[in-house]
Amino acid sequence: MFEKHREDVERILKKYPAEHRRSAVMPLLFLAQQDEGFLEAEAVVAIADLLKLEPTQVASLIGFYTLYHPHPGGKYRIQICTDLPCALNGAEEFLEGLCKGLGIEPGGVTEDGLFSVEPVMCLACCDRAPMFQIQGPDGIHYHERQTVEQAMQVIQDLRKGEEHA
Amino acid sequence: MPEHILLRHRDIPHLDNLETYRKNGGYKPFKKVVTGMEPQAVVDQVRSAGLRGRGGAGFPTGVKWGFLTRDVFPHYVVANADESEPGTFKDREILESNPYQFLEGLAICCFAARANTAYVYCRGEFWDLAHTLETKIDALYQAGLLGENLFGSGYNLDIYVHLGAGAYICGEETALLESLEGRLGQPRLRPPFPAAEGLYGKPTVVNNVETLTNLPPIMDHGVEWFRSKGTERSPGVKIFSLSGHVNRPGNYELPLGTTFRELIFEHGGGIPGDRGIKAIMPAGASSSILPATDEVLDTPMDYESVAEIGSQLGSASVIVVDDSVDMRWLVSKTLHFFRHESCGKCTPCREGTYWMDKIAARLGSGKAYPGDSALLLDVARGMQGKCLCALGEFSTMAVVTAMEHFPDDFNMPGGDDQ
Repeated sequence: MFEKHREDVERILKKYPAEHRRSAVMPLLFLAQQDEGFLEAEAVVAIADLLKLEPTQVASLIGFYTLYHPHPGGKYRIQICTDLPCALNGAEEFLEGLCKGLGIEPGGVTEDGLFSVEPVMCLACCDRAPMFQIQGPDGIHYHERQTVEQAMQVIQDLRKGEEHA
Repeated sequence: MPEHILLRHRDIPHLDNLETYRKNGGYKPFKKVVTGMEPQAVVDQVRSAGLRGRGGAGFPTGVKWGFLTRDVFPHYVVANADESEPGTFKDREILESNPYQFLEGLAICCFAARANTAYVYCRGEFWDLAHTLETKIDALYQAGLLGENLFGSGYNLDIYVHLGAGAYICGEETALLESLEGRLGQPRLRPPFPAAEGLYGKPTVVNNVETLTNLPPIMDHGVEWFRSKGTERSPGVKIFSLSGHVNRPGNYELPLGTTFRELIFEHGGGIPGDRGIKAIMPAGASSSILPATDEVLDTPMDYESVAEIGSQLGSASVIVVDDSVDMRWLVSKTLHFFRHESCGKCTPCREGTYWMDKIAARLGSGKAYPGDSALLLDVARGMQGKCLCALGEFSTMAVVTAMEHFPDDFNMPGGDDQ
C-alpha cells in the first residue's frame, strides 16, 4: 500500500534515527489515512511490517489519538470546537445550526457521504469562535469566526468541487 | 503602544519572510552565540535573565537546561508546540506570524544544550501551520542557517517537524516524548527527568514555543534589558490569551505583573453588553476559578501574585465569565474535556474524571440526584495529590473552586445541597 507513496515514506523515515524508526508510526498513519479517510486493517499491518512492530502496537494509537479514524465518516469531517471558551461564544448553537442545515445529527454523515459533523475539544483558536476544522483528503484546515451561513457556503463550495471532479 | 518583543509581526509586516526577518536583526543573536560564546555562557545568561517557562509550569528555563547530563550524548531539544489548553492560543499566533523568531530561539537553545538535532512537536490540528513551518525550515537550510558547520563554527544543527494527532496530554513533556517515540502519549514516571533520560533515553530539553521565542531578544539585548520588564521574580513580557465573555478577545503581549483589570477592560474592551463579570479563569480550563472581585481584578498577573490569591498563572490563558453563566454548566464543560483527555494510565484520573463528568453532567442538565454536589466535591478531593501527572489534578481545580466561591449555583432545586 505504500508503493504509490514511496517518496513520502522515505521522507518520513529520514527524520528519525535508523534505530528509532518507530517514531515514524504517527506520520505513516496520517499518510495511510489520506486516501480513504480512515485506517483499514491492511494499512495497520503494512505499517507494522515496515517498522517491525506488532499490529496491536500500531492499532492502539488509532484509538488513543482523535485524528485517526478506524471507521469511514464523511469524506470531509467537520470538527467543531465546543470547548469552554468557544461555548461561551455560541459554539453549541453553531453546532446545532450547522447540523440542522445539513439535516444530520452530531456524529452523523450526510446522505451523499461527503460530510460528517462532530463536536471536538479545544483547537487553540478561542479568540476566533465559533470555529471548526475540516479534516479531508488534503489535510486539516481551519475555518474561523464562522456563522452557520458562512459554513454552509464553505460546504457548498466543497460540494461543487466534488461534482466537477 | 510600545513595540512588541514576541509578537513583533504586529509592528513589522511580512516578518514570516526570512529576508524581512534578517533585515530586522534576525539571526544576528544566533550568529553571535554560535561564533562567540560557549554553550555554558548561554545557559548562564538565560539563567541570569530569569526567564521562566511559558508553557504553564513557570520553571526557570536556564535552571532546567543546567540539569542536562553532561557526559551522555547525543542531546536532543524538543519544542513543545502541542498547544491544547482550552483558552490558550498564543503559540499558534507565533507559529503563524513570527515563525523565524521561534526557530532562531530553538536554534539558540540547541546550541546551549549541545544538541545537534531538534524536533518541533506540533499538535496535529496545526496541520497547515506545521507544513508552512517546514517550508520556513527549508529556507533556513538554503540560507545556511541550518545544516552543517554553521557560520564556519563547526556546529551542526537539524530541525524536524513532528505532528501529533489529537491528544491534550501530549503537552505534558514526558507524554510528548512517548508520543514522539511512536507510543501512546502517556506520561512517564519521574525521575528520571528528561534532562537525564528523555527522547530515546538521551538527555533532552523540552521547551514551549513562547519560551524559545524569548531567546533571540535575550541574547541580543542582554539580562538587564530583559529584567527591566515584568517583576523581580517574574521578569519579561508574557502573551496573555484573552477569551470568553470579552469584547476584544485575542493575544496581548504585556509585562508580567499587569493587572487583570487592565487586560480585561483596557485591552479587551470589557464585557459584551456591559454585563457583570462573574469569574476569571487565569490558566484556561485547568485554573482554579477566581471570583471577579475588586481585589482579584487589581491583582498583578505574575506567577507569585496569582498564586497568592489562590489560583495559577499557568500559560496565562485568561477566560472571562459573565454573570449569565451557571457554574454547574461551566464545571460540566471542563470535566467533559478532562474526561475525554485523560490518558487512562493512572487509576485516580481515569476513574475520577469519568465519574466527575457523569455527576457534573447531571448537575448541569438539572437532573441531579440529591447529594450530587457533595459527591462531586468528594470525588475531586479524593483525586487530589494522587495522580501520576498534573492533568488529574487540573481536572479538580474548577470543581473545588467553583463550589467554594459560588455555592449558590450548586444548590439544587428539590432540596439538593452540599
